[in-house]
Amino acid sequence: MGHINTNSLTYNFSQKAQRNLWILLGVGIVMLIVGAIMWHAPEHGGHEGHEDHTGTLGQRLWANLLVNGYFFGGISLAALFFYAMQYAAQASWSVVFMRIFAAVTDYLWIGLVVIFVVIVAGDFHLHHLYHWQDSSAYENDHILQHKAPYFNRFFYYGRIILFFLGYIWYQRWIRKSNMLEDSLTNFADATANWNLNLKNAAIFLVFFGFTSSVMSWDVIMSIDVHWYSTLFGWYNFAGWWIGAIVVFNMLVIHLKSRGQMEFVNPSHVHDLGKWMFAVSVLWTYLWFSQFMLIWYSNIPEEVVYYAQRWEDYRGLFWITMLVNFIFPLLVLMSRDSKRNKSFIMFVGMLIFFFHWTDTFLLVMPGTVGANWGIGMIEIGMFLAFLSFFVYWILKSLSKYPIVGKNHALAEEGLHHHI
Amino acid sequence: MQHESPLRDPLILGNKSYSDITAEIARPIEGKANKYWYLVFTIAVLTFAWGFGCLAYTLGTGIGQWGANKTVGWAWDITNFVWWIGIGHAGTLISAVLLLFRQKWRMAINRSAEAMTIFAVMCAAIFVTMHTGRPWLDYWLFPHANQFGSLWVNFNSPLMWDVFAVSTYFTVSLVFWYIGLIPDFGAIRDRFKMQAKPMQEKIYRILSFGWSGRAKDWQRFEEVSLVLAGLSTPLVFSVHSIVSMDFATSVLPGWHTTIFPPYFVAGAIFSGFAMVATLLLIMRKVLNLEHYITIQHIEMMNIIITLTGSMVGVAYLSELFISWYSGVEYEGYAFMNRATGPYWWSYWGMMTCNVISPQLFWFKKIRTNLMATFVLSIIVNIGMWFERFVIIVTSLHRDFLPSNWTMYHPTWVEVGIFVGTIGMFFTIFLLFARAFPVIALSELKMIVKSSSEYHKNKRAEKAQAHH
Repeated sequence: MGHINTNSLTYNFSQKAQRNLWILLGVGIVMLIVGAIMWHAPEHGGHEGHEDHTGTLGQRLWANLLVNGYFFGGISLAALFFYAMQYAAQASWSVVFMRIFAAVTDYLWIGLVVIFVVIVAGDFHLHHLYHWQDSSAYENDHILQHKAPYFNRFFYYGRIILFFLGYIWYQRWIRKSNMLEDSLTNFADATANWNLNLKNAAIFLVFFGFTSSVMSWDVIMSIDVHWYSTLFGWYNFAGWWIGAIVVFNMLVIHLKSRGQMEFVNPSHVHDLGKWMFAVSVLWTYLWFSQFMLIWYSNIPEEVVYYAQRWEDYRGLFWITMLVNFIFPLLVLMSRDSKRNKSFIMFVGMLIFFFHWTDTFLLVMPGTVGANWGIGMIEIGMFLAFLSFFVYWILKSLSKYPIVGKNHALAEEGLHHHI
Repeated sequence: MQHESPLRDPLILGNKSYSDITAEIARPIEGKANKYWYLVFTIAVLTFAWGFGCLAYTLGTGIGQWGANKTVGWAWDITNFVWWIGIGHAGTLISAVLLLFRQKWRMAINRSAEAMTIFAVMCAAIFVTMHTGRPWLDYWLFPHANQFGSLWVNFNSPLMWDVFAVSTYFTVSLVFWYIGLIPDFGAIRDRFKMQAKPMQEKIYRILSFGWSGRAKDWQRFEEVSLVLAGLSTPLVFSVHSIVSMDFATSVLPGWHTTIFPPYFVAGAIFSGFAMVATLLLIMRKVLNLEHYITIQHIEMMNIIITLTGSMVGVAYLSELFISWYSGVEYEGYAFMNRATGPYWWSYWGMMTCNVISPQLFWFKKIRTNLMATFVLSIIVNIGMWFERFVIIVTSLHRDFLPSNWTMYHPTWVEVGIFVGTIGMFFTIFLLFARAFPVIALSELKMIVKSSSEYHKNKRAEKAQAHH
């Protein structure tokens, strides 16, 4: 314990693993195509009087693209938040994991580009996910007219581009600064590097704190354009965060199963497991706060959001909440289970999928309404995204040493003991 | 083996041995109080007495003595209740949540923060028991057997949940605090025994529950502490979440908003830490504890104040934005009225004190300056009082029916009760500082090897000699 074996500092992304991921990606795409070909229009058509897009193939495909773009992009963004937080909090337990966190953030720009493409495509009328992008919708809708200045395209795109570029710029910066450690030779330089990272992490966290809520309103809450909830941003953030924590746990288990990361001791594993427990409970707390207050007050303008999920998505709606709450709570409560990789794997995989369905529930009711399903299209696109996401992360993990030996707190972090 | 980075500043200054720590922390209990203590104590007791008088007057004549009216049914009373409950959050956060995060700096401040929590909840309880109007019937708040009358509580009401939440919180905090005190009482008892003071020895013998310091005692102590820490952590969140639901489950503009639970929790930790900072800055000076409650401790607390203050700031801005974005006329009006209506001063007071003033702590010079911290900690608590006043009074005083619109003005009686609770708080706290070890002795001793200045220097010398 406490010593790094320099021979196993690089992650070798084997040809076999790469091939398997490409195959999985291929399977996902084939399923997606087959699903699209086999797709047929729902029998119960649109409402009378106005055009209904909820039952078209295009709508369903674009909605799926948004679900996956937002889900995996959000995970990467939360990974960046968590990565920055380790510096800002002067934490040492996580020194051994910093390169893992960093690798997950490398996917960020791709996730944000997918989200951006979906938004832009809407303005080119390739889909109708966002009601506010439809200029004819404003005519008889005084609430939408009221919101028009907020959805003014210059303002909208200006802020979205500003946020996304801010996240990506910081991600590039911290990634580079963290990797600089490897070329440092003395403790004074390592301390200087760490101090600079600490300062910039604090600035980024402020930027992230103010912009992440607005980003979730713009990208997701605006789908149900009449609806509003002040907690929405924090709720979305908790969802990204738990996704990121699951990915970290999985990557550590993977590396350890290959005989690497021998410097990661049971205390480190335990702490990473604790985060899975804690963030799951946080997510449930926010889920409950938003749901209960809207359900209790029963104000029509607000409760319509849950009424739709209650009527058309009831099973999925409840299972998503229960699995994401009950499993981490009961399975990960005890100390031993947080140190047991089978338990972490089991709960992690389960809640990873059910946080995907949570994102699905954020997007689908407002875009495809009752014409939803989890079929070839959904599973195929999820698999395609997942395999590419994993491929990209492992690829970037193989580029640098898997631990920064010259981190200023490395010695303390390697001796972590709880 | 624990290993602490040389980058971390020592948490215990001076060349302290284990017995130095015991002696210095036991000193206020063994010695006589100085004249400052008597001066402050006299002021506190007089204020308390004045508040008690106002309370008795209210009891004798009814809550008609207060400024609340049929439109503004909740005003000064519930503002103070929420304010005190909020202050009572820091103690449990420090003892439970910071314990989970293995933050060693909590060891010097957890004891007094927990004590403060308990005293603050006691102050809060005065307002809820009084605001019912007929406090002698307050046992109706609890579910009781039908033989006492057929009245049964309404389990659907968040006010009911609040009764459970606050009483559970109080009980668990009290037990947690007391369990932590037991080994320290044992140490004090032994000191009195050595000094041949049988009277004091007897008192601390009873208080220490026969603590023997054997391995078995420590093992049980550790187990109970862990279980209580586990119970307390969700309580930090539940209490203020449920207090927020007293408002947020309603359909009143300005009250019904989904961000309320986490935002109330953040605000509570914010004000709790501010109050801990106020108290500790005085205490470290009066009791000569500068070597234990260091500038670094103050800085850490200020960082938490900045963090939670900023979270509260994000919540304020989210509410303000959504009140416009929602397109709900009433909601928009409620916020417009807060900012520009007759109570505009309370809204801007809240914004300035809670959101802008803690940002000063971004400067290291300010967050490590004792005087600046002291002033800002008081400003934060004034701001948090305004926050509750804004939420409660400005939302209520503009009813849905304009003919009900009215103003609320506090009377001298309710102001007197509030001032009295501050007196009560300080009276109990000052007594606590004289009779109980204000720093968790046995816990602090666990970090002497890793984090004291003496041992850190020794390690540095050793490393130097190595090269």
